[in-house]
Amino acid sequence: MSSIVQEKKYKDRQKRKDALISFFIGIFAILWMVPILWTFWTSLRPYSDIIQKGVFSRPDELNFKNYADAYRLMDIWEYLSNSFIVTIPAVILTLFFGSLLAFVVTRYSFRFNLYLLLIFTAGNLLPVQLVYAPLFKMYIWFGDLVGNRNLLYDSFLGVILIHVALQVGFATFVMSSYMKTIPKEISESAMVDGASVFRHYWSVILPLLRPPLAALAVLMTTWIYNEFFWAVVLIKSDDKRPITSALGRLQGEYVTDFNLLAAGAIMAALPTLIIFFILKRQFVSGLTLGSTKG
Amino acid sequence: MTTTATRDKKSRRRRAFTRGDRFTLSMFVGVPTFLHLTWVWFPALATIGLSFTYWNGVHLSDIKWAGLANYNTIFTASPQFYAALRNNGYWLLWFTFIATPLGILLAYQIDRKIRGSKVYESVYYIPVVLSLAVIGIIWRFMLGPAGLVQVLLGHPGIEDAIPIFGNYSINTYVILTIASWRHIGYIMLLYLAGLKSVDPSLREAAAIDGATEWQSFKKIVFPSMKPVNTIVIVITVIESLRAFDLIYIIYGTSTGWPILGMLVFTNIYGQAASMLGAAFAVILFVLSITPIVFYLKTVFSDENR
Repeated sequence: MSSIVQEKKYKDRQKRKDALISFFIGIFAILWMVPILWTFWTSLRPYSDIIQKGVFSRPDELNFKNYADAYRLMDIWEYLSNSFIVTIPAVILTLFFGSLLAFVVTRYSFRFNLYLLLIFTAGNLLPVQLVYAPLFKMYIWFGDLVGNRNLLYDSFLGVILIHVALQVGFATFVMSSYMKTIPKEISESAMVDGASVFRHYWSVILPLLRPPLAALAVLMTTWIYNEFFWAVVLIKSDDKRPITSALGRLQGEYVTDFNLLAAGAIMAALPTLIIFFILKRQFVSGLTLGSTKG
Repeated sequence: MTTTATRDKKSRRRRAFTRGDRFTLSMFVGVPTFLHLTWVWFPALATIGLSFTYWNGVHLSDIKWAGLANYNTIFTASPQFYAALRNNGYWLLWFTFIATPLGILLAYQIDRKIRGSKVYESVYYIPVVLSLAVIGIIWRFMLGPAGLVQVLLGHPGIEDAIPIFGNYSINTYVILTIASWRHIGYIMLLYLAGLKSVDPSLREAAAIDGATEWQSFKKIVFPSMKPVNTIVIVITVIESLRAFDLIYIIYGTSTGWPILGMLVFTNIYGQAASMLGAAFAVILFVLSITPIVFYLKTVFSDENR
């Protein structure tokens, strides 16, 4: 009896506490959104409006004209498609290589398995600053060697390959911890049936890897799309820049034309925002698959 | 008996590899490994080697042995280095004692399934999916000339704007606040996923028995989240050390707010053909070894269990 009273008291107290916490977290959440909402608001107003009446004035017109202008003047579409040209193959290759490695490491007991995973995981955590200068030289030298300097340097291929080389460790790590939950019997029956290694991978394992593949695809797409260090270092021609590194230049060029820049920034953010809102579950599970196994 | 059986099984399996299988397996492992070693580890080792040389970056034959001269220059004749070290230190302290705990606190509260928790979750996640390039621009609109904060402070015009990023008494806090805007959501996201695996009845029972929130967090939640805690610690330290993007977007390559990652960038292949940049990179690497090893140890000892 007394324990029921105690529990009810606890529930009441808990309810009041929850309401209070919800209130504070709500206020905090509104503050959290202010920078984005402000940028969006700025992007809807004409430049002249702000110049004449100040930023806080009541707007005479709100429209998407800045978006149309930014799209035209800033070549947004060109930069966006550069981003896609880099991101999509990089994600596919990373997942492909990652799944191959995860497959070998978890299905066959080679002695080097653990070291392999160690090297890849450590490589993924290295500061990029340790890597980029010699890589830049290697790209130029290799290009000169085969007679095409822009084979890797100042080319999409070069940026794609370094993204893959860095991220494949994380993909392998996540997929191999997922594969440990797949019963070994499935593989054994495939081996007994005399399936080749390739068939074993392609028809037995790969279909089972769909959940981590989906999660990693979403996560890697956001990461690689958002990244801009490698494009800053390895891309020289402006017309090959992905949108994120192009924004750095546009920022300088349109430094006084806030409204246009705001529209450009929002357009650059749109792809990842859309992916996030549609595939939030995959995004979150991709980030946490690696951290909360077991 | 069992040993012979396993040995039998093993040798049978090894024999079972046909030539084609052996080729497939070596390609499966070889191609990604070649890419990773050539693109990541080889350049990393090359940077370490080059940090002990003078080189203008043109011909390999121009490389001259410098011994510890580059490090000597950094430690004795480069005030920027200490400024950068201090800034990375501030970053680490701020993330460790303010941003990361705030992320954990948010996760802990949102996990109570309070009203609107789904909406809150999404709101706090949004900065995590934005590029730091976009984040830099967004915050310019807040703090730069004619930004929201300027207006609120009574400086609405473009000409009478007060400098915020160039003001040395406050810019550290401003930059760290911007960085936290993203970091807090990231940590919250990781922690929230971990919290889902903690049995809620445990927390409830502790609360009914009169444990305070802090006690039940310390005694029940925190210890049962070891893998997430490791990741959170490692991310906090590594992100603080290798910070670059945000500073690059705000200050460009100027040294408005020096950090190690930027010093590597501005000193490589420049500066009188020294390899100062490489030496900066090695210092950055040495500082990140501890968290990397800590991470690998935790993760891979779990693996073997």
